[in-house]
Amino acid sequence: MPAFVDIHDVTHVYAGAEDGAPAVQDLNIKVMEGEFAAVVGPSGCGKSTLMKLATGLQFPAKGTVIVDGREVGAPVKIAGMAFQNPTMLPWRTTLQNLLLPLEVVQPHRSRLRSNRAEYVAKAEALLEQVGLKGQGSKYPWQLSGGMQQRASLCRALIHEPKLLMLDEPFGALDAFTREELWCVIRDLHAAQRFTVVLVTHDLREAVFLADRIFCMSSRPGRIIAEREVDLPRPRDLEVTYTQPFMDIVHELRAHIAHARVAA
Amino acid sequence: MSRRRRDRSLALAPWLFTIGFFLLWEIGCRAFKISSYVLPPPSAILEALWQYRTQIGYHSFHTLWMTLAGFGLAVGFGLLLGMALGASRFVNAGTYPLLVGFNAVPKVAVVPILVIWFGVGWQAPVLTAFMISFFPIVVNVATGLATIEPEAEDVLRALGASKRDIIVKVGIPRSMPYFFGSLKVAITLAYVGSVIGEYNASNVGVGNLMARASADFNVPLLFAALIALAVLGVVMYAITVIVERRMTGWAQRSNFAAA
Ligand SMILES: Nc1ncnc2c1ncn2[C@@H]1O[C@H](COP(=O)(O)OP(=O)(O)OP(=O)(O)O)[C@@H](O)[C@H]1O
Ligand SMILES: [Mg+2]
Repeated sequence: MPAFVDIHDVTHVYAGAEDGAPAVQDLNIKVMEGEFAAVVGPSGCGKSTLMKLATGLQFPAKGTVIVDGREVGAPVKIAGMAFQNPTMLPWRTTLQNLLLPLEVVQPHRSRLRSNRAEYVAKAEALLEQVGLKGQGSKYPWQLSGGMQQRASLCRALIHEPKLLMLDEPFGALDAFTREELWCVIRDLHAAQRFTVVLVTHDLREAVFLADRIFCMSSRPGRIIAEREVDLPRPRDLEVTYTQPFMDIVHELRAHIAHARVAA
Repeated sequence: MSRRRRDRSLALAPWLFTIGFFLLWEIGCRAFKISSYVLPPPSAILEALWQYRTQIGYHSFHTLWMTLAGFGLAVGFGLLLGMALGASRFVNAGTYPLLVGFNAVPKVAVVPILVIWFGVGWQAPVLTAFMISFFPIVVNVATGLATIEPEAEDVLRALGASKRDIIVKVGIPRSMPYFFGSLKVAITLAYVGSVIGEYNASNVGVGNLMARASADFNVPLLFAALIALAVLGVVMYAITVIVERRMTGWAQRSNFAAA
């Protein structure tokens, strides 16, 4: 079976990079359809760059990026994205923020006006799934950081993307909220089986959520280790206190430490 | 002090200080026996205001029109140019030196040219008001458009949004607080412009009234006209502030980073 996201021998240099040094070099990543992949690595190693390459926001200087069987030559249109910063638009209510992707992506774009009630119901159902029932009429700035992050997840999912790209979405949250959201995203993934690429600094988060973890070296980023996580699903938060879980975390930690020393 | 009482004293403070200011002025004029030809006391100004009320009313109304016409032009032109500047780095880079150069020219210096072109009439005040007030609007609108958070843009671009989509859905709404914020500055400047234009190249308007009063050494009338200008200016400023609050309340309540 061909990979859903296939980044092959990619080297990327930003147009604005002063030294002309690549942000990532000879990067290779394969993620299967429906798989939950996590990417960990030291700061500045090119994780966000990887996300931009996979979604067609940047194009590689060398190598190929294939998503869903097609080489990426323009923004992919099938991806939902969420970042560390929730980036909700403050002049729209939470519900209106959720509907924003539908105003852009076809076929929803042309259907939205005539089928608004149906879409609103869908958005409200999503809000309920992430624990924001009835909060749709509030403005984002009336919500806490954790609530905004939940809403941002909903916005990434509203158009039922086949690919969900998460760039440190839980980075700014407290430990409890973070673990709660782990479970939210775990359940959403279990129910809908989209493909996920999650960038994170938190090794426990990666091991808890992912089927496959990629470790990157420091800049220019390459993959220095790939680890399959075979912990059985569904996983409960309790699993994070078991020995096999901690073994994997330790193993990853060693890779990262190695990558940082090598820098 | 209880909260209620503090709120009430805060509401009273502007009146207290304004009345105090004029009282001091009156007392000062009387105590030092200052001649009405140098600095008339408020009572004399009030008297002049009453005496010339029809004249002042007529000319103020004219000035108001000139200001609003120039301001309206500035809003339309400023919005368009600001959007072009904010949407295109090319236009931005290209017009930047021109704009800065234009803004650096004192607009009083342009009035003689306007007089040559259009003669004495409404054109000079309106155009002076326009020229002096569009710059802050352009800069603010362009800033609002050009400072879209890259992540908000990425979210939309990854969905296949066109540049136009991004400007319509994110750029324009987010530049509105900048735009309405700039109106406060622009209306004040437009007012300055129209009065300068009237002073130099018009037969009507408060500016012209002052030019004639000055030639006649009618100092109380000069001051009465000044007071009329101040009142009119405050009213126009207050209206733009109210409009700003109405239109972009979300920006104030969300601590949005606009001017
Ligand atoms: N727009 C850009 N222009 C030039 N260089 C860039 C640009 N964006 C990122 N870089 C550079 O590319 C490298 C990788 O950046 P990237 O944002 O992908 O890192 P990251 O792994 O996501 O870091 P972090 O964990 O801190 O988010 C960095 O050294 C950065 O300086
Ligand atoms: Mg990053």
